[in-house]
Amino acid sequence: MDIAARVKALLVDRFGEQVIVTEERTGLQPALVVPAAELPGVCLFLRDHEELYFDFLSCLSAVDDGPDAGTFTVVYHLASIPHQHQLTLKVVIGNDRQLSNLPTVPSVCSVWRTADWHEREAFDLMGIYFEGHPDLRRILLPEDWEGYPLRKDYEEAAAYHGIAIK
Amino acid sequence: MPTTPTSDRYGEAQLAYEARLAAIGAEEMVINMGPQHPSTHGVLRLQLVTDGEIVKEVIPHIGYLHRCFEKHAESMNYGKTIPFTDRMDYLASMNNSHAFVMGVERMLGIEDRIPKRVEYIRVLVCELNRIASHLIAIGTYGIDIGAFTPFMWCFRDREHIMNMLEWASGSRMLYNYIWVGGLFYDLPVGFEERCKEFVQYFKPKLRELDELLTKNQIFVSRTANIGALPAEVAINYGCSGPMLRASGIKWDLRRVDGYSVYPELEFEIPVGKGEMGKLGDCWDRYKIRVDEIEQSVRIIEQCLERLTKELRRTADFDPRALVPKKVNLKAQDYYVRAENPKGELGFYFVTQEKTDIPKRVKARGPSFNNLSVLPELAKGVLIADLIAILGSIDIVLGEVDR
Repeated sequence: MDIAARVKALLVDRFGEQVIVTEERTGLQPALVVPAAELPGVCLFLRDHEELYFDFLSCLSAVDDGPDAGTFTVVYHLASIPHQHQLTLKVVIGNDRQLSNLPTVPSVCSVWRTADWHEREAFDLMGIYFEGHPDLRRILLPEDWEGYPLRKDYEEAAAYHGIAIK
Repeated sequence: MPTTPTSDRYGEAQLAYEARLAAIGAEEMVINMGPQHPSTHGVLRLQLVTDGEIVKEVIPHIGYLHRCFEKHAESMNYGKTIPFTDRMDYLASMNNSHAFVMGVERMLGIEDRIPKRVEYIRVLVCELNRIASHLIAIGTYGIDIGAFTPFMWCFRDREHIMNMLEWASGSRMLYNYIWVGGLFYDLPVGFEERCKEFVQYFKPKLRELDELLTKNQIFVSRTANIGALPAEVAINYGCSGPMLRASGIKWDLRRVDGYSVYPELEFEIPVGKGEMGKLGDCWDRYKIRVDEIEQSVRIIEQCLERLTKELRRTADFDPRALVPKKVNLKAQDYYVRAENPKGELGFYFVTQEKTDIPKRVKARGPSFNNLSVLPELAKGVLIADLIAILGSIDIVLGEVDR
């Protein structure tokens, strides 16, 4: 049994069937999709479980699935240093793309501190709001920047502070 | 013009931060270090909340070198993105393109068909670049804490590597040499011999450098027991590379993942031992880099051995034979990771069907994560020690900001 199947079995055992939305097997790396509400519990379980021990959050990426799909995906790449295995975890959130209503995901900052800056970056560039993040400011762009540039429907502003940039 | 931050929950962290700085007491002072401070290695701004000489809090501000790598990568095909990866960690461009190319090759399913000679050349140039990157780290670290000579020596020796890589690729720092499916060109005739000469020249120089700095009493007093990073904190903050190994964790992706031809090569993974003070202090981080240079020299010697014997150049060898005209990928996503001189460099690709332009490319820079531990390390240290800690992290802002 590969690691994704094993993780799935353990998660279902601990949290029940509803914890796995789907299991993606299309790519080279299998991925587990979990509901946003379950995320902090799942992450804590994955980090502390003796057999899994995912102590290293390699990467956190936000993906815009495009205006047609109407969803955003947040992807967590976990690794375990003692066991040397990897896992991909995904959260898919439906959203209407209004700037007053950002897609919201619970923060995993309390599980891995490295999520702090990664989540700030996802907020800054993709406009994902991480509930419970201690300091969710913009990180790469100036604090008065408008919009979220990595979104597919992002339109460049004509001017920044009165300076024409087009 | 509407002004942000807004007072709704999306802007409240910014307002809280501004209120925090406005409420600084009379006994505290806020000092801005950077963005044009010589020891911040680029354009990094640190806001220090100080009490006399003691740093109570550090608030890093990054993004001054943000060049929209991820947005650019979404607008062009995979091959065209390689020059942009060179500009991320511009001190180790070869390693960046190697990681990127490896990811695309695995998605194409051609990674097993890459000729051995190509793989060995890739490893050779990557390890040369690793030495160059570590030489900068060591040299500038010396100058950060007041030793000028190592800086000159490191740059002198690094220049030999730069010249060789320029000879191979045509460019001094930003190479665009490793391509999807192969290489830009085979090595120029005589490269292997010149590289051998360099190794002969460099080995005694490395010992000299080691003697100058490693046990130097002033250097040791400035770095030992300063900024000790416990292993569990390092892992929790996503630190990797020399930063993690200095804290005593034997974690090197060249061995863990065994990518390219690294499983065929002999080399050790140095780890920190706390020789001069606490485990994972600044001195350990420095020493790891010196030891890694030695190991890279070993790898280079083995590569040269094979490149001049069983894998020597032949007239009909074409390093571009497998370079695809168009990268046709099925819809999938893939995260590739590789050991950069600074740590784990990752690329996360989301591909789209019927086009060779990716939907999303996320770059996980090691410096970005390594730098994020700075506020934790710098609590309650002297301002002078903060410089020593920052230098020992060895950040490249091109990669922090991307």
